[in-house]
Amino acid sequence: MTDLDAFRSETRTWLEANCPAEMRVPIRSEADLCWGGRNWAFQSDAQKSWLEVMATRGWTVPDWPEAYGGGGLTPEQAIVLKEEMQRIGARSPLTSFGISMLGPALLKFGTEEQKKQYLPQIARGEIRWCQGYSEPGAGSDLAGLQTKAEDKDDHWLVNGQKVWTSYADKADWIFCLARTSSESKQGGISFLLFDMETPGVSTKPILLISGSSPFCETFFDDVKVPKDQVVGEVNKGWDVAKYLLGHEREMISGMGLGGGGSLGAAVEPSDPLLRAEIAAFDVDSLAFQAMSERFSAMWKAGEAHPASPSMMKYSGTELNKRRNELVMAAGGSGALEWDSERSKGGKAARDWLRSKGNSIEGGTSEIQLNIVAKHILRLPGA
Amino acid sequence: MLLTDDQKMLQETAAGFLSEEGSIARQLRHWRGTDCSDGFGHALWKQFAELGLTGICIPESQSGMGLGATEAALVLEEIGRNLTPSPFLTTAAVAARAIEGTQHAERWFPGILTGDAVLALAIDEGPRHAPEQTALEAKRQGNGFLLNGRKQFVVQGDSADMIVTAARTSGDAGTSDGITLFAVPRGVAEVENVTLADSSRAARLTFDNVALDADCVVGEIDAGWAPLARALDAGRAGAAAELVGVAAGASAMTFDYLRQRKQFGKLIGEFQALQHRAAHLYGEIEIARAAALKAAQLIDSGDERAELFVSVAKAKAADVASLAVREGVQLHGGIGMTDEHDIGLFMKREAVLSEMFGDVYFHRNRVAEYCGY
Repeated sequence: MTDLDAFRSETRTWLEANCPAEMRVPIRSEADLCWGGRNWAFQSDAQKSWLEVMATRGWTVPDWPEAYGGGGLTPEQAIVLKEEMQRIGARSPLTSFGISMLGPALLKFGTEEQKKQYLPQIARGEIRWCQGYSEPGAGSDLAGLQTKAEDKDDHWLVNGQKVWTSYADKADWIFCLARTSSESKQGGISFLLFDMETPGVSTKPILLISGSSPFCETFFDDVKVPKDQVVGEVNKGWDVAKYLLGHEREMISGMGLGGGGSLGAAVEPSDPLLRAEIAAFDVDSLAFQAMSERFSAMWKAGEAHPASPSMMKYSGTELNKRRNELVMAAGGSGALEWDSERSKGGKAARDWLRSKGNSIEGGTSEIQLNIVAKHILRLPGA
Repeated sequence: MLLTDDQKMLQETAAGFLSEEGSIARQLRHWRGTDCSDGFGHALWKQFAELGLTGICIPESQSGMGLGATEAALVLEEIGRNLTPSPFLTTAAVAARAIEGTQHAERWFPGILTGDAVLALAIDEGPRHAPEQTALEAKRQGNGFLLNGRKQFVVQGDSADMIVTAARTSGDAGTSDGITLFAVPRGVAEVENVTLADSSRAARLTFDNVALDADCVVGEIDAGWAPLARALDAGRAGAAAELVGVAAGASAMTFDYLRQRKQFGKLIGEFQALQHRAAHLYGEIEIARAAALKAAQLIDSGDERAELFVSVAKAKAADVASLAVREGVQLHGGIGMTDEHDIGLFMKREAVLSEMFGDVYFHRNRVAEYCGY
């Protein structure tokens, strides 16, 4: 038996003993996700104990170092853990922007003190983070952001407005881009961390076409941020921001997998022309699944092009929009119901409308194509 | 899903060999302008043999490399990139597998290993791939069989020393039971050698009371479907990999053109309308490559999902290669329409490979059936 086989066998036994039955039921909707945080109300005791046992083992972030609350697993072991969790249908114990976005950036750019302070809280699901990137005047042209952080010797004074801040109204802390110099566009940005309870911070949810409000406007009015809460060097926050965006895009591209199965098997199309379109979609979707597996192996092994998350984000989100269009077509007028119980509260229609944002958030499809053209294809003037 | 060091080495060897010896100028351009029945060079096939590549899928115990569909796919991607005409796909990646473990292996493996033998496959009987519809009749007669019927799209059929032929020994067309594979030696069927759009050759065969000995049977009588399906899936995965190569070759040429061609005082690659088309194409090729690789890996590991992913790979690779050659010709503008420029050769090869072992529609349908709808 190899070490990896032994690890698999131990993992299997441990998961059998520790994963509550309720946490082996596939999530039905976003409401089943566990986000953690200071104000988190656990959906059930099972959700609470599942997070606790996994966090104690460091398995909410299996490949982070043990010193920062991780599991210290090798990439191969992390894959085995993922496979064994999939085998029993175990839910992810914790969904968090701290894990998928801020953590990797802190591991790369943070000071030792910052890593020790923030990473274990993320791993245990104690602090829920949000991302302050976009502004009313800085969407695709993100580096044009105007939120200002002035150096007041013993603190930064932050003033300005963010928009499209995911779950800002539920988050405990924010990682935020602010302008610390007007001398250079990209070279005048810093990456700040601060508590959302700091005086001067306020949020206002935005109602989307889907009827939900996952995003907020976030306002900063003379917010005082301690000096040691800058990640990376002052005025070099753009490097941190771009690195983090790579991870965000990698995460978003996962939606191209749409739960992993065949769409045709799920909706059983009766119309032959629709069946043909869905079969074409299933080919693209399963091919993307293969791409996603390959990309994630290459990304971990350092064999992927640094700009390749842009390609994954573009393909994954376009695919997810197409999936939703086809679900609507297959559902007919039943899929148009907005709040009946029969339609699970208009799930199909709301998901369909929400999916339109996928190719906008985290950088539009057009921006991703620009990045691929410039950094991978090296086309002139891109 | 990562390549092993050995696989990367094989890929490098194949890339070096094929871009040099198998280049468009040295092979395809030469043979399409030469009056010959093969459409490929036997000398090059000998060079494949010297590198061990003809025996890539032949077991080590029979002096081959003992490798699998994944390694064959790596070689085929390079073949596709260089549009190299050769019997590699049909002989080394498919026919050799079809006869593995039978007495025909002992007869033909030595010739394949030295690059002397070329094998072909006779499956299709109409213009569309439909292997269960096999109707070529093989009736028992004395100690052997009497064959009557037709085959078409028999790639390199006129060059082949032996043709693995699917025939019906029982049951009706449309059923998979009752199909038997035969090793048909050269010269017994009537051959019409046909040149296809890409300058490759594919034969139409007529069997008019062709008598074959019982020892021409490959495997079991009436039970040829399982080995045929395995061989076809190897062919589909291989064709998918070659299509990825065609797409990669055509797109590389096109992206280069975008970096060189000037109009309105600018390099045309500066125009965002073209940049986005190029970037989209790049991503699609990456996805097709991953799908082709996954299909080959699942074949090699004997995974039950191999069948599904083979069809995913063949359909996706054909879709993407088609996009690559259409964008290739369009973005090259007028020069792309000329016979002198190579981009059009990619378009022709794509069309043939997309049809081989089932087109996009065949494989989309197979995916739907596999998924139960």
